[in-house]
Amino acid sequence: MTLLPQSEGIPAPNPGRWSAPYWDGCRHGELRFQRCDLCGAINPKPGVLCHRCHRRALTWERAGGGGILYSWTVVWRPQHPSFGVPYAPAIVELDEGFRVMSAMVGCEPDELEAGMAVEAEFHPVSPTITLPYFRPRQR
Amino acid sequence: MTHPFRDVAIVGVHNTEQARHLPEHDSHSIALEGALGALGDAGLTPADVDAVVGQFAQEDVLALGLGPCTRRPNSLGIPAVLEAAALIATDQADVVLMGAGGAALYTDRTATAPWTRPANEFVVGYGLFTAAEFALMARRHMVTFGTTTEQLATVAATIRNNGHANPEAVYHRRGPFTAADILASRMVADPFHLLDCSMTSEGGCGLVLARADRTASTASTPVWILGGASDSYGPAYQIAPAWDLGPPEQPAGYVGRRAARRAFRTAGIGPADVDVAELYDPFSFEIIRQLEAYGFCADGEGGPFVLDGKIGPGGSIPVTTDGGTMSFSHAGISAQQLQRVIRGVEQLRGSCLSMQVPGAEVALCSNGGSGALFTDVLLLGSGRP
Repeated sequence: MTLLPQSEGIPAPNPGRWSAPYWDGCRHGELRFQRCDLCGAINPKPGVLCHRCHRRALTWERAGGGGILYSWTVVWRPQHPSFGVPYAPAIVELDEGFRVMSAMVGCEPDELEAGMAVEAEFHPVSPTITLPYFRPRQR
Repeated sequence: MTHPFRDVAIVGVHNTEQARHLPEHDSHSIALEGALGALGDAGLTPADVDAVVGQFAQEDVLALGLGPCTRRPNSLGIPAVLEAAALIATDQADVVLMGAGGAALYTDRTATAPWTRPANEFVVGYGLFTAAEFALMARRHMVTFGTTTEQLATVAATIRNNGHANPEAVYHRRGPFTAADILASRMVADPFHLLDCSMTSEGGCGLVLARADRTASTASTPVWILGGASDSYGPAYQIAPAWDLGPPEQPAGYVGRRAARRAFRTAGIGPADVDVAELYDPFSFEIIRQLEAYGFCADGEGGPFVLDGKIGPGGSIPVTTDGGTMSFSHAGISAQQLQRVIRGVEQLRGSCLSMQVPGAEVALCSNGGSGALFTDVLLLGSGRP
């Protein structure tokens, strides 16, 4: 029962006011994030002000896509019938030092383990939205 | 210093019928029944009310003909109770009414309940819903402290057995349950089996607060607010619910710890003084982390703590004695939060139909949960502070 990315037809993200560069990045196979030019903090979600120093100096950067598995669940009762089960929502701690919400693919549910090395891969789920997923890192 | 809530009394509480489905109702109609029931319990009438707080506050002003009347519609559950208490303590109102209810909300059963499904752009594509969000927190506790699914299941069995014994619970006589029964139910979001999760139902409830000098003429035994506070780490269901979000000494996994400490400080008491804990129970694990967050046991010891009967009937800290959201009722976004407070009041009045904690004088009530990044804490007492 290998974990797979979802197909088109799931409830897809509706991008907000500040997240267009993030979703553009996903379409190009890049994981992007905002860092503060002044204090170096990475913002937890796209916005205008740095969440740490509260100044307006955020710049988009590209993450390498590698990280470790921080937490996960394996879902058997989907929140909406368009999701294929099982699926595995996961929190990944990226090498750049921040955590993102995603889902694990490319392995069996019982292979998931705290701290395992993972890397990003990208799958379109609508004509405009491509989602980043994570798979066990290839050695 | 005079206690901030010395002049605030809870004088009326009421639960309507709770059921899987109440076909004669919508959310507001059952909430109104809850509000009027609470007024009846207090021996008051709508003419006595000069403020309405919480879900449907504005609608209630119109429906009950209360205008001109203060209305505060933006808080739910314990924050609404604290807002109502503040209205009285600051002389903005004398009698504050709160009604809450949910009915006819959950119609598409192929999906999880509508209030469980966040639509934020960073979570919606991953099929997150409340069970999955809370599972991400529980998993970290299991990884860090070795907490087991049997410990989670013991919590669920304890609370569901409280509901089994409660004639007012939706799942009255649906047990008794053992931990093995919980583990045998189908998996929803690992580590949560179906019976580790709250259920969905319909129902309403109400609560009335009044200035203390009104208690001479109210019908029920007053219950007092000893302290209360709220913690948040941000909006629920928009970012990854990581246990370690926030400062290292106060991670989001223990959301509610700061609020509890503040509530205990206001009350001038500590965890050892609490006779009953009406803890919000959206998922079994939430009880384990709350016992640690509020200081009923040390960090990481919540799992072993629940195994030997401490949280059950006759235990040192009985929890969620009516069956909570797992078995008593869970009618949407508001009523089940206020119902933790209502059960706390019933415990301190000594009026519970089941699982009454003998001689209970202090109750801790909570709302929210780690997966939603907020927790509210309220301390109630039988004695005026």
